[in-house]
Amino acid sequence: MSTTDRLAVLKTYKLFINGAFPRTESGRTMLVEDKKGQPLAHLCHGSRKDLRNAVVAARKAAPGWAKRSAYNRTQILYRMAEMLEGKSEEFATAIASTVAGGKSRASKEVAAAVDRLVAYAGWADKFGQVLGCNNPVAAPFYNFTIAEPMGVVCVVAPAEEPLLGLISLLAPVICAGNTAVVVGSSEHPLATAILGEVCATSDVPAGVINLLTGLRPELLEVMAGHRDVDGISAAGCNKAERTTLELGAAENLKRVTVDSSKGKDWYDLDKMNSPYRIQPFVEMKTIWHPSGA
Amino acid sequence: MSPSPKTASKPELDFGNAWEYAAAPEGTKVAIDAKYGLFINGEFCAPRSKRYMDTVNPATEEVLAKVAIANPADVDKAVAAAKAAFPKWKRLKPSERAKYLFRIARRIQERARELAVLETLDGGKPIKESRDADIPEAAKHFFYHAGWADKLDYVFPGRKGTPIGVCAQIIPWNFPLLMAAWKIAPALACGNTVVLKPAETTSLTALRLAEIFQEVGLPPGVVNIVTGAGTTGAALAAHKDVKKLAFTGSTKVGKELARNLAGSGKRLTLELGGKSPNIIFEDASIDQAVDGVVQGIYFNQGHVCCAGSRLFVQEGIMDEVLARLAVRIESLRVGDPLDKNTDLGAINSIGQLATIKRYIEAGNNEGAKMFQSSAKLPKLGYWCKPTWFTDVQPSHTIAREEIFGPVLSVMSFRTPEEALTRANNTPYGLAAGIWTDKGSKIFEIASRLKAGVVWCNSYNRFDAASPFGGYKQSGFGREGGRQGLLSYLELN
Repeated sequence: MSTTDRLAVLKTYKLFINGAFPRTESGRTMLVEDKKGQPLAHLCHGSRKDLRNAVVAARKAAPGWAKRSAYNRTQILYRMAEMLEGKSEEFATAIASTVAGGKSRASKEVAAAVDRLVAYAGWADKFGQVLGCNNPVAAPFYNFTIAEPMGVVCVVAPAEEPLLGLISLLAPVICAGNTAVVVGSSEHPLATAILGEVCATSDVPAGVINLLTGLRPELLEVMAGHRDVDGISAAGCNKAERTTLELGAAENLKRVTVDSSKGKDWYDLDKMNSPYRIQPFVEMKTIWHPSGA
Repeated sequence: MSPSPKTASKPELDFGNAWEYAAAPEGTKVAIDAKYGLFINGEFCAPRSKRYMDTVNPATEEVLAKVAIANPADVDKAVAAAKAAFPKWKRLKPSERAKYLFRIARRIQERARELAVLETLDGGKPIKESRDADIPEAAKHFFYHAGWADKLDYVFPGRKGTPIGVCAQIIPWNFPLLMAAWKIAPALACGNTVVLKPAETTSLTALRLAEIFQEVGLPPGVVNIVTGAGTTGAALAAHKDVKKLAFTGSTKVGKELARNLAGSGKRLTLELGGKSPNIIFEDASIDQAVDGVVQGIYFNQGHVCCAGSRLFVQEGIMDEVLARLAVRIESLRVGDPLDKNTDLGAINSIGQLATIKRYIEAGNNEGAKMFQSSAKLPKLGYWCKPTWFTDVQPSHTIAREEIFGPVLSVMSFRTPEEALTRANNTPYGLAAGIWTDKGSKIFEIASRLKAGVVWCNSYNRFDAASPFGGYKQSGFGREGGRQGLLSYLELN
């Protein structure tokens, strides 16, 4: 019991699937402890079924999100940045409670995550111009290549930098017009759990971002082998995890990108805010049309 | 069953036999050695395996030559040569690297006739296709990519592209030289070195290309060619010093390779199978569309990964399209690939012919209605008449699986929405065709088709400057154009 007179109202953290906050269908919870080993909160211990439910929601949301104008996606990503900024204090406190480095480090991480969203908000209506082009073919055709969304992409956030790492993987994926199923850091899951509140208040359409807390080793294999997932963006993988992802992905040839960034890398703006982090999550479509023939 | 077109909307003029063509065989003779070794470190050498396989002319069943079968020891030697050549090739002044590629392009042009004849002899494709498509496009790939070699800093703004290392490249038998060029040119332009494995039935033009590398003085080891079958390819893909694998072939083998490479850290691009839709709307120019359909499915005997093998016709024009299609297909000339008038040549191998026949049988057994042209087939060689099926259901094998032969499945649709749903209802996503004279409709449909290449009012157009590659299980990565360079560069 705390030393103040008032008993704190503790938040029940839940999953974020299809724009709602369901409990895990498994009924399992996992305990989050602070750095001293004291119990901090009970979180949903997401299951493989939760992951599959999230994929269904993401698939349903995919055509609508892809069809939004790039300008509209820009504004929604920017709205997420606004809402995240407003909850900076809550995120910093939550992150600092489990991650080494204290509050000031956590605050820096949150600020960087806000800025990352702003950067990708800006990319949403521009990356197509950088990645696509017209092609000078030797025939009377107008020929051009455009970047299109891939579909449903699973995001596996790294253990460390639980908010910044997650946002750095998620932002390019949804910026490109894909919908996402995110498995947050197993070690430091609070940021993932709170992020749903940002999504829910940022005009992100239901199903576009789905957030799961749980144990990554339980979920990787089912994600990798899922027939209705088009791509995977993962970070903080060891060799065995990478093998699991790539082996399962061969089933339907989903596109797997494994990011090896660590620590300071997540703060490297040149690397992190680059359109080449969007490129792995688009499909390039080339269209031929006769011209004057 | 021979075609019995219903009355076309216009009566067809009957000229009897007045339009029979006299044979016009290509006269150029091409020297072929009795036996070919492997091309490693700039030289032809006997395989350590001491084993050879026959390469056969599928139009005559004659053995053209014996070609080496590389075993793992041979593959190891080739990869070692490519690895040894890499540091110097990578450091070579990019403008000099470019000039090697320009030289190669020029030699392909100069030897075009010989290469075209050889391609047709070894693979069975009509000479007019190897002469007018395969070989000129192969030269163009070297020309196009040559110019990129010293301009890589401009390809991806904000990033410097550097080469990856030794690239393993495994190519199919449908466009042997063109696929070799398609793979080798961008790899070299980006400063990589290569070990290429041609398809087992069509190695000869790749080995001619090796001669061209010698002629232009390409440094030894920059490109190595190991011939053989699947086991050679598997050994190459698995080699520890290979940094990148580029594969063109079936989805089945592509998945196998992806599994084998899982966790290896090797880069992978796959250009795999397809079951591409060709969609004709009621407001299309029908004659133009029918010609496009024929071009889409019968080009290269249908041995094309992006072949328009599913034809969707809007209900109101179905009878008219079928009638005109029957007339058009009946006019196709099937036979001697070396005859300049031939439209459909030989099926590439006896194995592939058996596969095609199995699919035709499945089509008949499952209740589709078959039509074939009345073309007379030569006695020797592997042949298949241009074939099409009507009354095809989406669940039929011939509507779902890649046949890789001259077999078209015709289906109908009522609304654009239905056309889109049915066209996208496939694990593949390589290409698609749309026929309509309505501009806004064509771009709406083009943007909603899940395919890497969409041909509007056209089909089977290719260009070195135009990226090619699939969505979904048709593979990943692009080849050609600016986007294709990404497959051969590390971005720093």
